[in-house]
Amino acid sequence: MPNNTGRKYLISKRIDGFFTSFSDVINFIGRFFKETTKRPLEWNELIKQSYEVGYRSLLLITLTGFITGVVFTKQSRPSLSEFGAQSWLPSLVAIAVVKSLAPLVTALICAGKVGSSIGAELGSMRVTEQIDAMEVSAVKPFKFLVNTRIGATTIMLPMLMLYAAFVSMMGSYLDIYMNEQTSFTTFIEQAFSKITFLDFASSIIRSLVFGFTIGVVGCYKGFYTTGGTQGVGRAANASVVTSMFLIFIEEMLILQIINYFR
Amino acid sequence: MNSVANHKEKNAVVVIRDLYKAFGANEVLRGVNLDLYHGENLVVLGKSGTGKSVLIKIISGLLKPDSGTVNVLGKEVASLRERELNELRLKIGFSFQASALYDSMTVRENLAFPLVRHKRNLSRKQVETAIDTVLDAVGLLRAKRQMPSELSGGQKKRIGVARTLILQPEIMLYDEPTAGLDPITSSDINELINEVKEKYNTSSIIITHDLTCAKVTGDRVAMLLDGTFVKEGSFQSVFETTDERIKSFYDYNFTQ
Repeated sequence: MPNNTGRKYLISKRIDGFFTSFSDVINFIGRFFKETTKRPLEWNELIKQSYEVGYRSLLLITLTGFITGVVFTKQSRPSLSEFGAQSWLPSLVAIAVVKSLAPLVTALICAGKVGSSIGAELGSMRVTEQIDAMEVSAVKPFKFLVNTRIGATTIMLPMLMLYAAFVSMMGSYLDIYMNEQTSFTTFIEQAFSKITFLDFASSIIRSLVFGFTIGVVGCYKGFYTTGGTQGVGRAANASVVTSMFLIFIEEMLILQIINYFR
Repeated sequence: MNSVANHKEKNAVVVIRDLYKAFGANEVLRGVNLDLYHGENLVVLGKSGTGKSVLIKIISGLLKPDSGTVNVLGKEVASLRERELNELRLKIGFSFQASALYDSMTVRENLAFPLVRHKRNLSRKQVETAIDTVLDAVGLLRAKRQMPSELSGGQKKRIGVARTLILQPEIMLYDEPTAGLDPITSSDINELINEVKEKYNTSSIIITHDLTCAKVTGDRVAMLLDGTFVKEGSFQSVFETTDERIKSFYDYNFTQ
């Protein structure tokens, strides 16, 4: 199929474009791993970025996690009550939070907050030639900007997920205590009776993958931003949308794989 | 400039031959030939969109040419490996049109950023001394703790120059150093360019469409039109011409 410059596409403009982008992303990821093995590492920047990703997301994660725990408990109570099974509430909440809600909610919040911020920051650095300035001063911008940000999201997401799970459980306990006057010890015993090590491990692995995805997408969209300030907006937006889309696909795939090992 | 003799080339720090660069169907550079000699300020004049910035981006290895050769300090830029290119880049200072200061860092951090990464054996005191020296050279010692957002356009340009000087480059590339500045600040920047040449013994390419800048800073002026150099020489000789394209550029600038 010829295009307007006379060049022929292999399949069509869109499909060719998709495969080109896909191979670009694979190269981008490959470059990340290659740069990671090279010394010296940018430890200070990694710590700074981890602080940005982790500490600055705490308030949002606390609020969302707590409300998720309270609301999920409140919504589940009537159904369990019908069978006289309120005592199963802690187990139900723990299973839902640890196995699914905490990793997914944390990842979606971070995709919105962190992903957009990385996309916009790197995008604005690209259009204002700050990335070029690093390159001409013989500092590797990829290693300094991309590796540290992907590293930070990959490290911090599992930590934020564990924190979100803890806060959700506390929200749930508060609601259960106010309604059923269950003691904290009983709540914890019941909650963890149905949770296995594999459940925790699978959530941590998923959070690692989600964190890596958010970092890669945000950095890729930001690092290759074109089109001035409009491009920066597009990069921030695309970082969020693409990350969220990929998170849902990964959630589905990883669950299938983990269920295979159960 | 095609007829540059070999003995002259020996003294040249940048030698460009038959350089072509296009972006899609837009042919920006069409057979550019250029020499920059040791210790001179060469001004590249031309209208916006004639490929002036593209030219210095190719010299610094930010862009790759479609064809032709770019030789900087005896090294063929396009054929260098990443490590070799980075070694060469340490000898090239690039002052960006919009300064390109890292806006999340203070002025001090902007200056320390390239220095601590390339000279890891420097003590904290030596780093501070190097920063103070270049800030003093651009007359902005007091701005050390400020953020780029707190600086004026002229101050940002000066800090941008200071950031390149901290690595003590042999070649300076200035991309539109006076663009967007008022006449007084422009005059200060022109003075700074000449001071840098004297103090740091640099050879410079100054990309501009500002004729005052060209006249004040240029030892030699080259006129880029439609992707190729049409005239070069002293400022006076370039504009003593019957070529309407050059005359119109001159008339437009000096009647503004």
